This record gives sequence, structure tokens and C-alpha cells, in this order.
Amino acid sequence: MSLLPTPRRALLLALRMMAVLAVQAVAGMGLTAQSALAQAIVVRDDRGTEHRLAAPPQRIVSMLPSLTETAWVLGIGSRLVGVDRYSNWPADIAGLPHLGGLDDAQIEAIAALKPDLILASTSSRAMERLEVLGFTVVRLKSDSHADMRRSLDLVARLLGTPDEGRRVWARLMREIDAAAARVPPALRGQRVYFEIGGGPYAAGAMSFVGETLTRLGMANIVPPDLGPFPKLNPEYVVRAKPDIVMGEQRDLAALTQRPGWDALVAVRDQRLCGFESAPYEMLVRPGPRMGEAAGLLADCLIRLGATGRQ
Amino acid sequence: MSASLHAALPMIDRADDPDASRRRRLAVWMLVAIVIGLAAGLATGPAGFSPSALWTDLQGHDATLLLGQIRAPRTLGAALVGALLGLSGALAQGLFRNALADPYLLGSASGAGLGVVLVLAAASLGGGYVSLSTVVWIERVGLVSAAFIGALAGVAMTLSLARGAVQTLRLLLAGVVVGVLLGAISDLITVASPDALRGKQAFMLGSTSFLGWSALALMAAGLALLLALSRRHARALDALTLGEDSAVSLGLDLGRVRLVLVLMLSLGTALAVSQAGLVAFVGLVAPHLVRRHAPGRHGWLLMASAGMGASLLLAADVISRALVAPEELPVGVVTAVLGGGYLFWLLRQRTSS
Repeated sequence: MSLLPTPRRALLLALRMMAVLAVQAVAGMGLTAQSALAQAIVVRDDRGTEHRLAAPPQRIVSMLPSLTETAWVLGIGSRLVGVDRYSNWPADIAGLPHLGGLDDAQIEAIAALKPDLILASTSSRAMERLEVLGFTVVRLKSDSHADMRRSLDLVARLLGTPDEGRRVWARLMREIDAAAARVPPALRGQRVYFEIGGGPYAAGAMSFVGETLTRLGMANIVPPDLGPFPKLNPEYVVRAKPDIVMGEQRDLAALTQRPGWDALVAVRDQRLCGFESAPYEMLVRPGPRMGEAAGLLADCLIRLGATGRQ
Repeated sequence: MSASLHAALPMIDRADDPDASRRRRLAVWMLVAIVIGLAAGLATGPAGFSPSALWTDLQGHDATLLLGQIRAPRTLGAALVGALLGLSGALAQGLFRNALADPYLLGSASGAGLGVVLVLAAASLGGGYVSLSTVVWIERVGLVSAAFIGALAGVAMTLSLARGAVQTLRLLLAGVVVGVLLGAISDLITVASPDALRGKQAFMLGSTSFLGWSALALMAAGLALLLALSRRHARALDALTLGEDSAVSLGLDLGRVRLVLVLMLSLGTALAVSQAGLVAFVGLVAPHLVRRHAPGRHGWLLMASAGMGASLLLAADVISRALVAPEELPVGVVTAVLGGGYLFWLLRQRTSS
């Protein structure tokens, strides 16, 4: 058998290529042409699954707080029909059914809501079950600023408002830049230790919080190669002598009880940014309130700058 | 203890004699292991295991802070926690005459866990489920005291459910029931207050990170007391190995002796877990290792298990700090891998021979 294309094969090949091109064009355009009624929405989520929706979804369930917030700022809060247990912003969603967590999601309750779109994170057994049941489950990672930007864009395209994603991202960047401009110049470049949990776990330069701190012009005692949230040897922190310690107020209040930590200049001179649990939650949540979160960090840095001058 | 009990025991003494040299050898080995472990612990900092870094640190002007305040106490602390768990494990296995018994059996682990979760969740539950003044009170208690109180409360619940310590099976069953119940309550609380989950997990995996000199003093005092008590009650445990009926016929007041033993093992466990979390497997494996390499009466077994626990946890602590430095592995994970691996190997040996 010859491998040379016969005329018939050549024709088939050409047709196939045209089909591929057409699909790529549709996918590439996404939903730029909202008017095109017949045009399907095609997105590829962070697990590599391709989703095809005939029309923008009208009944949305979000199983991740950051995605709930993303959907809300994209202006389709009214289309949310259910959220996960931990979604708590904005207050408007309090009346929605809360459908458990990612790993103990109430499959039956979710199915009963007949959502045409479920937003969830990449790792969850419950979501696999919902996929088997035929629901459209879009799985998104949200670990970094880049993830946040990508999911904003993707959710916006899914919802049929592709430009909105870019607009919200631009607003977030403006907010972060405004916060960065407020950071006292004397504090720029100072080395921060941001504690995530009393392990002690730190938010490294690679983490979501770390990226925000970097944009604010602050340095991090935990370099990117240690990963996003390493459990550190406490000696490492004491040795690194951070200029400023940030974390949850409750954890920071107990810092002096840790052996040797009262010798830290940041602890001794109260160069601390302690956050109550609600604002702290906002800080560590990779969602569309990251601009506001950056503002909180700047507020604390301004306060430290003022006390430092006295 | 009655005269008949004393008269009955020399029999065991004589039967044990050939093992005396093995015991001496094991004692020397454990001593060497502890000394090496302490030295290795001192030489393991954020740079990993490195004696040369220790030398530079010793000459640096932060030596008293880094080595004196942080590294030395946590290294010694690991040894003390290990000793407490090893001793408690040997007490539990003697008390229940069951080689699978471990110090967490009687509700102390789940009680301590619940105490920790309560403190961690207090802030977020405040206002809704509990009053704010209660929150302030709970937070003032602190994690260490909460774990300690929780562990003792768990055992107290078990004892009251079993109506004292007269019946072993009843006591075991009550321990399991209390464990499940308290565990479920703390799971429920973490569902309502997810930010407690992180701290709870850290507690479940165990850590020597924040052991300071005051914690050491407390544990050392506890260990000294428990070792002294163990010497006194070792013979009762020996009598128990003959069976409950024989022990009673030797004049042992079983109910009272068991109660004392339960209190001893819960004090040891509560001290250890409140300072270092639920370090897995040391309490189970240490007595096994001792019995396998140098069997003997409980007077020996209890002391040796403490020594074995200390050397085990020292080794695990050094590994957990050195392997991914400057990051750390939770020490409980390392002990579980070492302990599990050892039991795996032991079982394979037994089945193949």
C-alpha cells in the first residue's frame, strides 16, 4: 500500500483540516461574538477537560469560596443557586443553599438544584461523582496570581462576558498598585515572615500571599524554592531575623511563648501585623478581593512606618 | 503487697537469668543511642545535619539563642517525650496484657485532640455557639494546657464509663467508645470552624518545634515521678502476667492497682501529647523492641521502654529535621514510617521462619 495521498485521501485530509481549523477558530474566539446564538462556548479547564456549553449557564453552583467571589464580581451573582459551606462573601449569598465542602459535598442536594455549571477545584472526589452524573463541572486551580487571572478569564468566557475578566483583573492590579504606592518608602524591601499556621508554616515568596507582598515591594524570608507553604524549622525564622512578622492575631499574640522567639527584633519591637480571622481569611484566599487584601497589608505597613519614626 | 506475691516471683527471676547479659547489652546500646541522638540533634539545624555548621554556630554571637534556647531544649524534649510515651506504652501493654495496647487507648488522645480543637475553634465559634466571655476564657487556657486537661478528662470519662478499672475488657471497650465519641465531636467542631483544622492536623502529626526549657522541666519532673512509681508497681504488673485470677490469689488488690496504673499511664501520655502532639507509634513499638531484644520482668521492661522510646524519638526527630531542611517533616509521620516499617519487617520474619 502506498503512503502517497490518492486524490480521495487528499480530499478527506483537506476536509478534516478545515474542520479542525473551524473548531480552533470557535475555541479561539471563545465567545467574542455574543450575538452568535448557535455558537457554543468552549473552554478547557485546569484538568485539561474541554467543556462545551450551548449557551451561557443560568444555574451555577460554586464549590470554592474564591470561585464564588469570582462569579460574584463578574456580575452574575444572581445566577448562583448554591455555594459550598465555606463561601461567606458577599453577605448576599448567605440565603443560598450551602452544599457541604469539596470532599463531603451533598451530591443529592446539588443534583436537585439542576445546575448547568458547577465550579470547583481540581482535587475532589465528590466532583468526579457529579461528572459521572452528567453535570458540567469546571475544575480550576487557584494557587497563584496567574491561576487567579486565568480562572477570572475562563469564568468570564463561560458566562458569556469575555471582556469582563480582563476588566476585573485590571481593576485588581490597579488596587494592588495603589496599595503599593501607599507603602512607606522606608519599609520597602524589608523582610517579611508571613505565618500561615502555628506549625510554623510560612507563606513563601511563591505563594499567593507572597506574590502580593512582592508586588507591595516587600521581601520574604522564605525564598521561592522552598515552595508555597513550607513547614519551617523555627530556628530558620529566628535566624532569618525578619523585619516584620505577619499572621493571624491569635498566633502572633502567642509568639513570645515560643522558645527563643522573644529575641526576634520584630517580636520585641512589636513590628507585627496581626489580622483578625475575617480579614485574615480574605488575605489568604486567592480570590477577587486580593486588591482589598493588599490594601489591608498596606494599612498595617503604614501603621508600622508611623511607629517606627517616633 | 503480700508475702505470697513476693514468694511467687523469684520463679520468674530464675527463668529470666540467661537474658541478663542481653539486658545489660541493650541498656548500653540504648545509652549510646541516646548520647548519639542528642549529639546529632544538636548538630541538626536549618542547614540539615552538619557538625561543621554547629561549630560555626557555637562561635557566632547567636549561639545562646539558637542553640541554647531552641535547639538544645527541643532535642532534649524529643528524648523526654519519647521516654514518656515508651513508658506509658509499656504500662498499657502490661496492664491490658496485650501487645497491641498503646498509650492512646483510654481516650487520652481524643481528649487532648478535642481540647486543642476547642481552643483553636473558640474564636470563630464565639458569639454563635458559645458566649464571648467563654471564648476569652478558653483562649487564655492555651493549647498546651487544653491538651493536658483534655487528655485527663478523656481518661476520666473512660474510667467512669467502665466504673473504675476492675474489668479489663470493660475498660478497653469504654476507652474505644470515648475515643470515638470525642473524636467525632472534634470533627464536628472542625466542620463548623474549618480554620481549626490546620492546627488540629499539626497536633495530630506531632512536633517538637516549640519545646522550651519550662516544658522540659515539667516533663522531666513527670518522668521522674512516673519512673519512681513504676519501680514500685512493676511487681504488680509481673503478677498480672500470670493471669488475673493468679494475681488475685497472690493477694493483689486488682481494682486499686489497675486504677493507679491507669492514672500513671494517662499522666505520662497527657504530659507528652500536650507538649508535642500525638506522636504515633513510639508507645507501641518501644516495649516490643525491648521485649524482643532483651526480655525481662516489668522492673526492667518499664525502664528500658522509656530508654527505647527516648532513643527512637530522638532518631525520628533528627530525621524529620534533617531530611528536607530547612523545612521539617512532622515527627509523627517519621515515627509512623519507622515504627510501621519495623513491625512490617518483624511480621515478615515471623511468618517466614
